[in-house]
Amino acid sequence: MLFFSFFKTLTNQTVTLELKNDISIRGTLKSVLNEDKYPHLSSVKNVFIRGSVVRYVHLPASEVDRGLLEDACRREAAQGKQVQGGRG
Amino acid sequence: MADAGDQGGSVSEPLDLVRLSLDEIVFVKLRGDRELKGRLHAYDSHCNLVLGEVEETIFTIEEGDDGEETVKTTKKQSEMLFVRGDSVVLISPQPPS
Repeated sequence: MLFFSFFKTLTNQTVTLELKNDISIRGTLKSVLNEDKYPHLSSVKNVFIRGSVVRYVHLPASEVDRGLLEDACRREAAQGKQVQGGRG
Repeated sequence: MADAGDQGGSVSEPLDLVRLSLDEIVFVKLRGDRELKGRLHAYDSHCNLVLGEVEETIFTIEEGDDGEETVKTTKKQSEMLFVRGDSVVLISPQPPS
């Protein structure tokens, strides 16, 4: 859930996705939809991108609270361990 | 948040080693002959990562006129990068060089 919540905080930010087939798509993150700005793909206004084809997402560093993200990450790591212990 | 003490330095599973590298420089090897070096800000159980101040190195093989193959490295910088976990081969703690 960590990155789901993280990307929710980044909605309406402009991001660049780099796909595994080396295509880059730049657009505004609309929770799961991207407004495309590349000329050869400009016939579409919105695209749904399947998560598994994504290699990178280039993010605006100014919009990321590093401390908050690291704390959330540590919290989730600890939480995951508790869940694991409960099951085992 | 029953036992906040569990968030400390205990290492009982492989990803705990990654947790100890939070806010540190890590080296990441990826599929497709790519490597990253950057500061680790977040990870999860799929090895999805968020790295800051990233340098990406891409290794490509170039064939010259004489048919000889040489490895070419391309470097790219990124200030903040999300990496999907299924591309990740290894994560290694690395002091800044």
